[in-house]
Amino acid sequence: MTPRYVLLRLGGLVTTLLLSSMLIFSSLYLAPGSPENVIFGNRTPSPAARAAVRHQLHLDRPLPVRYWDWLTGVLHGDFGRSMVTDQSVSSRVGSGLGTTLSLVAVAAVLIAVLGLALGIAAALKPGFVDAAVNLFTSVSVAIPPFVAASILVSIFSIKLGWFPATGLPDGFWGHLRGLVMPAFSLALISCGYLARVTRNALREQLAKEHVQTAVGRGLPRRVVIRRHALRGALPPIITVIGLQIAGLFAATLIVETAFGIPGIGRLTVQSVSQKDFPVVQAVALLLVAAFVVANTVTDLLQAAVDPRLRTAGRTA
Amino acid sequence: MLELNDLDVALRVGGRMRRVLSGLSLSVAAGEAVGLVGESGSGKSMTVRAVTRLLPEGAAVSGRIRFDGRDVAAMDAPALRRYRDRDVGMIFQDPRAHIDPTYRIGSFLTEALRVNRGVGPAAARRQATELLAAVGIDDPERRVRQYPHEVSGGMLQRVMIASVLAAEPRLILADEPTTALDVTIQAEVVAILDRLRRDRGIGMLFITHDLDLALAICDRVAVMYAGSIVEIRSARDLHRSACHPYTVGLLGSRPSIQARVDKLVAIPGRPVSAFEAPPDGCAFTDRCAHAEPDCLHGRPALEPFNDGLVRCRRVADLAVLAESRPESPAAPPSEPAAKSVVEPPAESPAEEGTQP
Repeated sequence: MTPRYVLLRLGGLVTTLLLSSMLIFSSLYLAPGSPENVIFGNRTPSPAARAAVRHQLHLDRPLPVRYWDWLTGVLHGDFGRSMVTDQSVSSRVGSGLGTTLSLVAVAAVLIAVLGLALGIAAALKPGFVDAAVNLFTSVSVAIPPFVAASILVSIFSIKLGWFPATGLPDGFWGHLRGLVMPAFSLALISCGYLARVTRNALREQLAKEHVQTAVGRGLPRRVVIRRHALRGALPPIITVIGLQIAGLFAATLIVETAFGIPGIGRLTVQSVSQKDFPVVQAVALLLVAAFVVANTVTDLLQAAVDPRLRTAGRTA
Repeated sequence: MLELNDLDVALRVGGRMRRVLSGLSLSVAAGEAVGLVGESGSGKSMTVRAVTRLLPEGAAVSGRIRFDGRDVAAMDAPALRRYRDRDVGMIFQDPRAHIDPTYRIGSFLTEALRVNRGVGPAAARRQATELLAAVGIDDPERRVRQYPHEVSGGMLQRVMIASVLAAEPRLILADEPTTALDVTIQAEVVAILDRLRRDRGIGMLFITHDLDLALAICDRVAVMYAGSIVEIRSARDLHRSACHPYTVGLLGSRPSIQARVDKLVAIPGRPVSAFEAPPDGCAFTDRCAHAEPDCLHGRPALEPFNDGLVRCRRVADLAVLAESRPESPAAPPSEPAAKSVVEPPAESPAEEGTQP
């Protein structure tokens, strides 16, 4: 991979983040309902009190200036203060960030391991295994996370009592135990999707001429599959994993609320309903950042596995 | 060394079995080059695929394929891998499709050595550069680090040839190795393949639709029609005294590059595959100028005639006919044309080495 390619991708990442931060900042203030109303609630303030609050929130300054102040703050790690609790936004967000990241990480591992295993098994074993995987994927892609959540809770928490229905127990193992079911609900759809893509990509590769060359050279079957068929199937697989992981961050809104997990997703839902503008801005930016970073990593991995992408653009 | 005996192959196409080879018998001795010539659909490629057991899934094979007396169909997985690794090497038609695009050329060249024979990376690398130099590629040190998409098709086919030579097989199966290349490159690649094969005493089964090419580099040439062989004889004899009407027609339909012709000669009708041929009688009957009603009954056998084998029940009559009329229109004398098409490949290797 050329350094130039990496720099181009990173430049794209920064530009996207900057543009989306502008969009997030301005769209919140263009939405109906002025932020200071959150503070006054049902009371009707005197014009003087309103002006004082607006001044304190810097709402009396022009939008570009406010954006600039916010952006420079963000770059220094200062996302402002919550309008509801008056805590600093970074501390509110920071406490949930680790939880959400570990939830997404567990879900991502589940997706990659289960999705790949099922897809590979289906591609290599036509007949019963293929049909069984096909049935599983058809069902799993039709179950949205909130339905999966209630099914899992009724079986594993209420009937069997293996995992907590809500909240995170203390300690590392407690955390992990609490994350299993939310991660599973998150992973189910993506897992089925990845299994399908893996199966089809691998089947397609197994029929390729260069795979035939490898077989014709007397290479053992596992080498042919690993080095040639799977290697060739990686681009679509990486794309799907990258997109699905990026999408997981959005799905945490539902799953964290359903399982009472104190992460970013639940914080977003709470802050939106309380109209806590600075917090919503911060988490929205984080979600976008997660998405953009996941996409950039996907692109870089693509170029790492397919040499033809690396030189594209440099030579004809 | 290689013996095919009464080989029948049928492929599953849309749920139905279609016969592509019927009663094919052929042998290749150690160090010998045998050309397998025929039009599209005659079953040439399926023959080499059957030899390496690379037929598509669901293919039905009967008859015998023996290599050094060993039954290829009966080999278990390890024996089959060993046979593919050590005994036969396959050069495919389209190197662009048949070489994995995600690995460097050096890795492709040495993969079989490293995986199958445990050759160390340094030794494998040295061997890779030597082989690239042997097939006439300049600056092999740089080439082994390049990816397939960074080099030309002609160079890639030379890489494929080098990769087959790396395994030092006893028999090379070349399936139209130059058809996908530019005409100017074709001659060069064939010349390299021919020279390296002879130097190393490797046998070759050379599949082509180009009769002149086969005559130029092979010891014997087998002509295929509708999934079986209609004539085999030495390249020298075939050229002068072809006996089967189809072979005669093929020889006659090559355009001469010395005389301008207004209309190209062609064999009337279109080639048929084994599954399209009538179940009884000679498959070539409906395109044959010498067919008689009797030709429609009973499949003629491949029988010795004039130091070769011919599958035609009228072969003796036709020989007499040809003798009485040496200027037979069915077989225009065309030796000069054949030579001139073929000569450039035979000479280019010398120039190859001197190029900067």
